[in-house]
Amino acid sequence: MTMTAPDMPAGRVALAKRVLPYALLSPAVLVTLAIVFFPMIQAAWMSLHDYVLWKPNAITFVGLKNFVAAFQDEVFWISLKHTVIWIGITIPAQMLLGLATAMLLNQEFSWRPLARALIIIPWALPSVVIGLMWVWIYDSNYGVLNDFLLRADIIKQSIPWLADPDTALYAIILTLTWQGFPFFAVMILAGLQSIPKSYYEAASIDGASKFRQFWHITLPGISGVLVTAVLLRTIWVANSIDVIYVMTGGGPGYSTYTLPLYAFIKARTNLDFGYGSALAVLFTIMLLGLVIVYLRKVGGDNK
Amino acid sequence: MIAGKKSRTRTLLFVELPMVLILLFTLGPYLWMLLTSLTAENRLFTEGPSIIGATFENYIRLFKTVGFLNNMIASLIVAVGTVIVGLSLSVTAAYAFSRFSFRGKKYLMIQFLIINMFPIVLLILPLFVLMRVLGLLDTHLALIIANSTVAIPFSTWMMTSYINGIPKSLDEAAMTDGCTRMGALRRVVLPLCTPGIVATGIYIFITSWNEYLYALTLGGQNVRTITVAIQTLIGEYEVQWGLLTAGGIVGALPATVLFLIVQKRLISGMTQGAVKG
Repeated sequence: MTMTAPDMPAGRVALAKRVLPYALLSPAVLVTLAIVFFPMIQAAWMSLHDYVLWKPNAITFVGLKNFVAAFQDEVFWISLKHTVIWIGITIPAQMLLGLATAMLLNQEFSWRPLARALIIIPWALPSVVIGLMWVWIYDSNYGVLNDFLLRADIIKQSIPWLADPDTALYAIILTLTWQGFPFFAVMILAGLQSIPKSYYEAASIDGASKFRQFWHITLPGISGVLVTAVLLRTIWVANSIDVIYVMTGGGPGYSTYTLPLYAFIKARTNLDFGYGSALAVLFTIMLLGLVIVYLRKVGGDNK
Repeated sequence: MIAGKKSRTRTLLFVELPMVLILLFTLGPYLWMLLTSLTAENRLFTEGPSIIGATFENYIRLFKTVGFLNNMIASLIVAVGTVIVGLSLSVTAAYAFSRFSFRGKKYLMIQFLIINMFPIVLLILPLFVLMRVLGLLDTHLALIIANSTVAIPFSTWMMTSYINGIPKSLDEAAMTDGCTRMGALRRVVLPLCTPGIVATGIYIFITSWNEYLYALTLGGQNVRTITVAIQTLIGEYEVQWGLLTAGGIVGALPATVLFLIVQKRLISGMTQGAVKG
């Protein structure tokens, strides 16, 4: 029995079958082309122009001038350095804290379901609220962090965490770590639960220590999840502007500038869309490069 | 018995205690914000946040004086709009990905994955220019379109994984019984993946509700979402932490509640691919 109307010739059925998947896909694909790919090409186009919004008739083609300018721009290098520090600390910190949390959540205890549900709350909060919340915590006069450290006698006087160029970036890193570690915890927990219990039983019969079990069973068992989680989280953290923008706006001075933030500020405050786009394009290329290198290296090891 | 007692103590010491500490770290800032929002402004700077004499005065001011209700409505319209656009476009696409093999499928799927990685800052400027040309700046539609850049690829991926979980034999059986392809999709697959659709829809809702940069850049006086309103408060009322934190709680509440409701399904949907891959 055929699945279509009996009077339809076989050729037309086959054609319809071939066309159907494209017909089903086309709305999503066309809209995506219109709102993602077209703007991307436009960003590349803008990056090659002198394009300042308040003089709209003065769009002139300048070739790679914006990119050359970026490499000679001191703030570009400062932002790049911060981006590297920021990803380099935040991701490992999130991963380790997430791993520890996942290992705990993988143990039996009575209120485990509650703990598992509560741990991911930071994930659901708007970045603006997170920024606001931590600005309040870091407040130099009334902030709870200073209050706590003063009482515990760890510091002698209040530290203006976000107003001090030496601490501002690290204060934001702590906030981002707080925001993102639950994601790692949840992902790693899923990985842990996919490891058969019998592996551990066999290992402990053979007299393997807890550490050796962790090294030879747990780590390989969650490596796939770790690779994915690190990748997703790196992209996510690298792209996130909103928390920094709310907490410091990039200041004091340039001390919390990162590349995407710099691109955003250039465009938003100076309305310099040409240079802002060039920075955004450069950042995107770097990020893609990082992702490709990572996938080659880690993905290759895994096979 | 003794062994049982021993292991109970061990659990308490090495599992439950560290877990409590981690939860304190996780929820502490949130609870601190909540407590601050319930403290009257004049007491805040003399005594600090305290549960004694808790008051809703900050919340009342937020809605009466600052007009937060309008911001909530704007956020709601944008989020619901994005959910409708995202889901309606992605469900058929996901069905195609899940059930057919065709030329360029792998390439298209990778495209959808890669889109998720693009920095929003790359898209903000051209979208701003586009919306200006179309005269859509400061409208709900502009924000719905912008949020769809994130929502469509994401929900296509989520829905593909949900539909993959429904056995192919079911739609084949329906077609043997005389359903067309689309009939099978509508009558068999859609009802079965309703939980997936709900979870994906809620996730899109949450991300749209929480979105800030697009709302800041493409919105304005008419359409000011709750996240932009909160940020604006920081500028306007520099030190009124009671009011600010109340705004934070109001802004965070809908997404948090929805998230807690669907977290289980959402997480299993998101982690499945990673665990298998």
